[in-house]
Amino acid sequence: MSISIDDSRPIFMQIAERIKDDIIQGLLPEESQVPSKNQFAAFYQINPATAAKGVNQLVDQGILYKKRGIGMFVATGSRTLLMEKRREQFFEQYVVTMMHEAEKLGITAEQLSDMIRRGGAKP
Amino acid sequence: MNPIAELKQVTKAYGNFKAVNEVSFVLEPDKIYGLLGRNGAGKTTIMHMLTAQLFATSGELTVFGEAPYENNRVLSQICFIKESQKYPDNYSLLDVLELSASLFPNWDRTYANTLVQDFQLPLKRKIKKMSRGMHSSVGIIVGLASRAPLTIFDEPYLGLDAVARNLFYGHLLEDYAEHPRTVVLSSHLIDEVSQLLEHVIVIDKGTILINEDAELLRGRAFTVAGSAAEVESFLIGKTVISRDPFGALLSATVDGTLRAEDRKQAMAKGLEFGSVSLQQLIIHLTNGKTERKAADL
Repeated sequence: MSISIDDSRPIFMQIAERIKDDIIQGLLPEESQVPSKNQFAAFYQINPATAAKGVNQLVDQGILYKKRGIGMFVATGSRTLLMEKRREQFFEQYVVTMMHEAEKLGITAEQLSDMIRRGGAKP
Repeated sequence: MNPIAELKQVTKAYGNFKAVNEVSFVLEPDKIYGLLGRNGAGKTTIMHMLTAQLFATSGELTVFGEAPYENNRVLSQICFIKESQKYPDNYSLLDVLELSASLFPNWDRTYANTLVQDFQLPLKRKIKKMSRGMHSSVGIIVGLASRAPLTIFDEPYLGLDAVARNLFYGHLLEDYAEHPRTVVLSSHLIDEVSQLLEHVIVIDKGTILINEDAELLRGRAFTVAGSAAEVESFLIGKTVISRDPFGALLSATVDGTLRAEDRKQAMAKGLEFGSVSLQQLIIHLTNGKTERKAADL
């Protein structure tokens, strides 16, 4: 996990993204407890109100839920949900960008698919 | 909620020179504020007026709902750590801590001792025999352990190395989380403190340039670079904060967020985009080359 925060984007979004990443990777299993806003604040050295905003955004989206007096937990089904969303983004975010760069460099579709096969074979 | 402090059209003039010119802002409870700006912008003057060490020439200023001047109800709730705090010559750190314990109703002795250990300060050494950095650490300890409802740090890190500064930021966040209070942090190390801030007030030449939630400022501007002609045509209809020509190339900082379609179209024309940190944004806005006042932004 990277601990550096990028100061050119809202920090609450970065906190939310990291929690989502951890859920997708299984580091935060469903029904497990998420660190408190003060723990996030201390770890990333950020304002606790900012950390709370990131966590609350995920509560609003139903990815986390609150147990009164205990803390925030990962909702059941949120991993599947997040992975579906990520797959939708994958095309725009990676494939389109890659095609654009390949075109610039004169890489043909055939060469590209060859590269993908090779990349996938890497250990 | 009642504000901790409120300034309405506050001006401080020295003859014809207005060090602070019709400044208005509110400090809300339990937030960490950054009071940022270049040297001589008027930050310290504002802090001196908030803490009743200077009279405003005009305007209205209340702290905890009252005028602060010679008002102990107000002043006992404020802890102001100055850039170069003076102590009596014969005072040791121990004396300073004793004095602080009597001045600040919320003073926490145990916490103060923990801080003394963490900053590795000698309790019995005379303050005037301390190094610049140790002197700053004393101020930080007093500021944190006072737990004053309004705590103001004016450039508190003079002579402190990066390790000690990080110690300060860590302690500030941790103690603030457990004991929320209003903190004003005046600093020109913007990159270092910006993550700690919930709200940012930028002063430039005695007036307020920015008074905004820190999160709204992050990602509020972007840079675009490429051939001057392409960049100029991209800039039409946009709010340009600064232009930096470089030969036939032009790099510009633009206020606003970039729409995905705009980005795609512009990238196809060979333009490149970059993000702007809070510090970069403030530098662009206060370096005098600003094309537009931030008030218009």
